[in-house]
Amino acid sequence: MKILVCISHVPDTTSKINFTEGDTKFDINGVQFVINPNDEFGLTRAMWFKEKQGASVDVVNVGGVETEPTLRKALAIGADAAIRVNTQATDGFSVAKELAKVVSEGGYDLVIAGRESIDYNGGMVPGMLAGLTNSNFVANCIGLEVDGTNAKAVREIDGGKETVSTALPLVIGGQKGLVEESDLRIPNMRGIMMARKKPLTVLEPAETGVKTKAISFEKPAPKGAVKLVDADNIDELVSLLHNEAKVI
Amino acid sequence: MSIIVYTESENGKFKKAALEVVSYAKSIADQMGSSVTAVVVNADDLESLGNYGASKVLSIKNDALNTFNAKTYASAIEQAAKQEAANVIVVSTSADSKYLAPLLAVGLEAGYVSNVIEAPSSLSPFTVKHTAFTNKAFANTEISTDIKIVGLSNNSFGLVESGGNASIEDFSPSLPESGVNVESVDKATDKVSIADAETVVSGGRGLKGPENWGMIEELAEVLGAATACSKPVSDLGWRPHSEHVGQTGKPVASNLYIAIGISGAIQHLAGINSSKVKVVINTDAEAPFFKAADYGVVGDAFEVVPKLIEKLKAFKAANA
Repeated sequence: MKILVCISHVPDTTSKINFTEGDTKFDINGVQFVINPNDEFGLTRAMWFKEKQGASVDVVNVGGVETEPTLRKALAIGADAAIRVNTQATDGFSVAKELAKVVSEGGYDLVIAGRESIDYNGGMVPGMLAGLTNSNFVANCIGLEVDGTNAKAVREIDGGKETVSTALPLVIGGQKGLVEESDLRIPNMRGIMMARKKPLTVLEPAETGVKTKAISFEKPAPKGAVKLVDADNIDELVSLLHNEAKVI
Repeated sequence: MSIIVYTESENGKFKKAALEVVSYAKSIADQMGSSVTAVVVNADDLESLGNYGASKVLSIKNDALNTFNAKTYASAIEQAAKQEAANVIVVSTSADSKYLAPLLAVGLEAGYVSNVIEAPSSLSPFTVKHTAFTNKAFANTEISTDIKIVGLSNNSFGLVESGGNASIEDFSPSLPESGVNVESVDKATDKVSIADAETVVSGGRGLKGPENWGMIEELAEVLGAATACSKPVSDLGWRPHSEHVGQTGKPVASNLYIAIGISGAIQHLAGINSSKVKVVINTDAEAPFFKAADYGVVGDAFEVVPKLIEKLKAFKAANA
């Protein structure tokens, strides 16, 4: 089985978010970038397939040269080869088109992408990629087994979960649950050394079909101070929620 | 020219989010001098959509669509959009709508923006505001394609009754092979889901153990709320992952979010930033959550929550 894991290069989950250039650009100053957490669950599941079922695992990212340390980390975790499509990721559709080209040319059986990236949260790339490559698609995937060309997946739905059967080629939007958090891997020294020797191919972009463009950003308005209610006066809390906040 | 909305239903009954997307679409239609057509699948009470602004309902009745399937549903909506020459399509941000919208976008070569929280600030260029960086910020995004798909965040626009009537037409799209077959669904049908909830009651490690969740559930029941939890609680296996709220869990956009025994890590706060009113109950007055909250009670959850349940019950009885 040939697996491709799509890797987004995103600000670390604890990052404070700021903007520059008149609130039109994300401010990368002091921001640590990491593998998108949803992708990391997918990468770990791919490693499981590699070790238990003999799959090959490539990783891909659409982005500039600054994303290569993130791809190298994925190689250090155990991926066999990395691909970087050399263009800035501007919108979900154009990213999906670049990835679709990599998928079609690489002949992948299984593509694992994160449910959404934790920066723009569009949650659209996995589905668009499936649509563009005419693959089966499972969103919000929290469990995946593959037997030959058949797959069984569990996906989270509002208020529960659903078990589905499908066939390869398959694209999933994976998330926490695909593997346990305790199974996530930290690259060891050997992995880091080996990653240096693994191929990282840079492809030039093919598509320019950008359909959406973020033109400005805002941060939420500063919040007023919390109104503290005495623990012995819960009547006041009920009254505030009813009369002031009007939520009950 | 028209606006299409996909209105979700469950067991034949429209979800609140369905009425919200119709209300939202109506506000765009009024600006554009256009009209709203609702696409419904196996739902009843179709006339009710007129009250929220739909002037036409395309009703699909097909047993093959009894179980949700993203590809077949997307195809049905695509065919409706083509028939109506739609230039705006509005869906909700439920798990199902977010599943089908990217497929629909590919089918129609349409620009799609999800997690939208307001009516468009401009129609030309078509510009919408949506949450980004897991609710730590907002982005204003232009959609440049002829057909635009907007994914509206639940509870962001509200319901607006307009008192209109909708004409109803049967619609029979041709359905593609689904490719993904549902084997089983495991869903608590009597529980409010986090995505639909107007109120969410959430518990953290301060509750000390899963055996103490009874009072969280009781408080949720009094409020008609969904229950949720912090990441450590789901990691410890006290509650299912589907209740985990935060950056790698579920985002919450409720009107009221009550956090009990949750200190407020940055990843958790990111997940609840879109909630309108936040109440925190925690013994630690220094807990970071108090900085993000509107109302706070510094106190022991085991004393405060039973009192709150009792007071809310009395309030409900007095206001019934």
